[in-house]
Amino acid sequence: MADLATTFAGIRSPNPFWLASAPPTDKEYNVVRAFRAGWGGAVWKTLGEDPPIVNTASRYGAVSFNGARIAGFSNIELITDRPLAVNLSEITAVKRAWPDRALVVSLMVPCAEESWKRILEAVEDTGADGVELNFGCPHGMSERGMGSAVGQVPDYVEMVVRWCKQATRMPVIVKLTPNITDILAPARAARRGGADAVSLINTVQSITGVDLDLMAPMPVVDGQGTHGGYCGPAVKPIALCMVAGIARDSESASLPISGIGGIATWRDAAEFIALGAGTVQVCTAAMHRGFRIVTDMIDGLANWMDQAGYRRIEDFRARAVRHFVHWEDLNLNYRTVAHIDPDLCIRCGLCHIACEDTAHQAIAARRVNGRRQYEVIEAECVGCNLCAHACPVEDCISMVPVSTGRPRLTWKQHPNNPERREAAE
Amino acid sequence: MDGDRLSAHRIPRTVIATNFADCAPALSHDEAQVAAARCYFCHDAPCIEACPTGIDIPLFIRGIATGNLQGAARTILDANIFGGSCARVCPTEILCQRACVRTAQEEKPVAIGALQRHATDWLFAQKVQPFARAPATGRRIAVVGAGPAGLACAHALARLGHAITVFEAREKPGGLNEYGIAAYKLVDDFAQSEIAFILRLGGISVEYGRILGQDLALSALRQDFDAVFLGLGLAGANRLGLPGEDLPGVANAIDFIAALRQAPDKSALPLGRQVVVVGGGNTAIDAATQARKLGAEEVSIVYRRGPEAMSATLEEQERAQVTGVTIRHWAIPVALEAVAGRLAQVVFEHTRPDSAGRPVGNGERFALPAQMLLKAIGQHFLPAPLGAEGPRLEGGRIAVTGDGETSLPGVFAGGDCIAGLDLTVQAVENGKIAARAIHRYLGF
Ligand SMILES: Cc1cc2nc3c(=O)[nH]c(=O)nc-3n(C[C@H](O)[C@H](O)[C@H](O)COP(=O)(O)OP(=O)(O)OC[C@H]3O[C@@H](n4cnc5c(N)ncnc54)[C@H](O)[C@@H]3O)c2cc1C
Ligand SMILES: Cc1cc2nc3c(=O)[nH]c(=O)nc-3n(C[C@H](O)[C@H](O)[C@H](O)COP(=O)(O)O)c2cc1C
Ligand code: SF4
Ligand code: SF4
Ligand code: SF4
Repeated sequence: MADLATTFAGIRSPNPFWLASAPPTDKEYNVVRAFRAGWGGAVWKTLGEDPPIVNTASRYGAVSFNGARIAGFSNIELITDRPLAVNLSEITAVKRAWPDRALVVSLMVPCAEESWKRILEAVEDTGADGVELNFGCPHGMSERGMGSAVGQVPDYVEMVVRWCKQATRMPVIVKLTPNITDILAPARAARRGGADAVSLINTVQSITGVDLDLMAPMPVVDGQGTHGGYCGPAVKPIALCMVAGIARDSESASLPISGIGGIATWRDAAEFIALGAGTVQVCTAAMHRGFRIVTDMIDGLANWMDQAGYRRIEDFRARAVRHFVHWEDLNLNYRTVAHIDPDLCIRCGLCHIACEDTAHQAIAARRVNGRRQYEVIEAECVGCNLCAHACPVEDCISMVPVSTGRPRLTWKQHPNNPERREAAE
Repeated sequence: MDGDRLSAHRIPRTVIATNFADCAPALSHDEAQVAAARCYFCHDAPCIEACPTGIDIPLFIRGIATGNLQGAARTILDANIFGGSCARVCPTEILCQRACVRTAQEEKPVAIGALQRHATDWLFAQKVQPFARAPATGRRIAVVGAGPAGLACAHALARLGHAITVFEAREKPGGLNEYGIAAYKLVDDFAQSEIAFILRLGGISVEYGRILGQDLALSALRQDFDAVFLGLGLAGANRLGLPGEDLPGVANAIDFIAALRQAPDKSALPLGRQVVVVGGGNTAIDAATQARKLGAEEVSIVYRRGPEAMSATLEEQERAQVTGVTIRHWAIPVALEAVAGRLAQVVFEHTRPDSAGRPVGNGERFALPAQMLLKAIGQHFLPAPLGAEGPRLEGGRIAVTGDGETSLPGVFAGGDCIAGLDLTVQAVENGKIAARAIHRYLGF
């Protein structure tokens, strides 16, 4: 049986599944229920200075897709709305009762060294395993010069991390905001400041929809709305790309990464780990279905690892990173054509209309004895695979590699590239 | 003893009310969303081709999915003005839903009928009129028969600006929608509220109690109107040809069903304890199922061939069986036996297929005790109302071209009185096609 135990920036947990700093980790009651359910760790809901902030009603927006609820989720909540002392004493109690679980405390205070020092000392007394600096929250706090207001300025990130590293012996994880053009800038800054790890992504600035009766953005608070932070399944591709970008960057690759964003299943987690993450954090999936989802996450990951022959997380961690290349390194002489399995085809015509209206007119619609028949015109097919995505039947359209008889050729070497380097080089 | 006679109130009224409740209740908003999301929005969708009225099914389902119920309902009603009742009575399992690619994929079609009802119910509840009439043309058309065929034709013609007079023999419109379809398919007087909606368009006046062949002549209609449409349905019920066929207790299934549909209190209908239905079509199934639901203790359908030859769909057969009806195959009635002047039992002879597959008796007999025998062995067209100079017939029904034109210039026909599927949806299509042909015939 695969061993799921992880050590991340010196913090041990029995499995890589942590709860992200958010409502699921808001208080002792929730975190204890989570640990009972089997979660390997939790990042406590972000603490700040007293007096606590105040939250609105309502707080969440969600996007349903084709009847699937919470395909994307957004919130306009702020950090914890409970007094600091209450949180600290609960953190102390939880860590004492659950010594084998990772308990990390998320922090966000004004951008002044004194503030960070004060809160770090208080957290150290709880026995928590580490801290996560919340440089990511895109709403409410950023307007007060905290959260993503810091995370968007690499120099501030570096400065605050340096203060923190000087003030505490606890591992410091920096939580990055995706609301930035190049994720490498804050990641590198965090490394320069001495961060022990990064975690990403925090939520993406968003409006989930517009209430057309009230003419207000959602979620609506008394007839008005504000931008929120987007998360859930919809943001996973964005998060994967940012995680992988850091994992392959020579300057920041040495940083452990806690992957966050749209993780709901063991497979999502495996994908983040394959792209370099050492642990993963979950929020929306738990808020949608409760803590019990971790049972299948643990079991599913272990079963998959057994089948794939991986004994430990490290055995496959970052394995996909070396295949994550820049576009100019892809082989332009590689060719595939669509192939339709006529036995699986249900004759919905979606491949035809997709290719006909919006791609390369490479699927013919015929009637043979009155029966619909869809056929790929191989000479016209460019191998874009749009049809395979549109086809509702699993494995009905496959993209079959065809030999071009030509050697590997990248854009760097391509004759059409004015800045080409010779292939012989 | 009660068991020997027909009697009412066999089971409590409340149980009857439950038994005759909507057999396929409306979808909730969420159910409709989930059902609509299953549609792939096929290109050249096979379901459209399988709908006799050619409703753009992917388009209306997309309207449901996006919250455009008004557009969805209009798409349906534009192709099929009886889209509301068709959503309830169409045997979708042999039409659109059988052709749905999801049937090929996973034997679970998109719930097209239920979604069609969802959209049309919404529109009816809004009380909006989606159609307007074209400017009046001054042309007048007579429609005989206010069934689905006649009213579909009348509606389409009225939309085009013509003035329509419908002559209907009965006191109510709807044809078999009102008198024939099983009660649990069209609850809450839906047939009448749908027709009220259809007539609200304007331009259609209906004269009830007007019978072609009695107080109306086809020749006179041809003179008084610019064109005539005949939607007469099938007025004749086939007979067994056995002695005793007029005994008390023996009835036509369609008459039994009509009485049931019209009864203000179903529990007051006289009913046998044991009921035998002869036939293999939907009429047999509906009569038997409704007799069971009314409280008959033993109900059997006896059919002269095997299950695969029954024209009732498998789903309909199953509905009857689940209701407690016994379906017996390969037997024909050979004698009706009476006690004290009333039907007491029906004697059957087993059949087997001859070399051509036709059922022939094998000499072995059995008897089923029955206080009631319902005959459902088919209906036929009665040509008498057409008079001496009526249109040409073919196979016992009115002969028409693809456009519904009969052998008489200006006289068109559609629905059950012409050849083709005897289904509501087919009658509607016939009416719609004939309306277009009449419009052209009038020179437009
Ligand atoms: C018991 C039963 C159950 C059925 N169940 C279904 C079902 O579940 N689904 C389905 O799709 N189809 C079903 N059908 C078939 C469907 O009802 C018919 O195909 C459809 O009603 C035919 O429409 P129509 O307008 O041609 O005829 P009809 O509905 O029969 O209408 C004919 C109209 O013409 C009138 N008329 C007749 N003669 C004259 C005259 N001389 N003068 C004036 N008016 C006249 C009649 O009173 C009637 O109103 C069923 C039929 C029966 C008998
Ligand atoms: C309601 C809500 C509140 C959140 N509050 C915090 C917070 O206080 N601190 C923080 O670092 N991230 C916060 N987040 C962001 C999550 O920790 C996480 O980064 C994000 O939701 C992406 O993960 P997911 O797709 O699994 O939800 C919050 C998210 C949600 C939905
Ligand atoms: S791969 Fe692209 S070009 Fe080829 S058939 Fe499919 S959609 Fe058309
Ligand atoms: S999309 Fe797939 S199932 Fe549909 S017609 Fe094309 S190959 Fe067949
Ligand atoms: S065949 Fe089925 S899936 Fe395709 S358009 Fe029709 S209802 Fe939708």
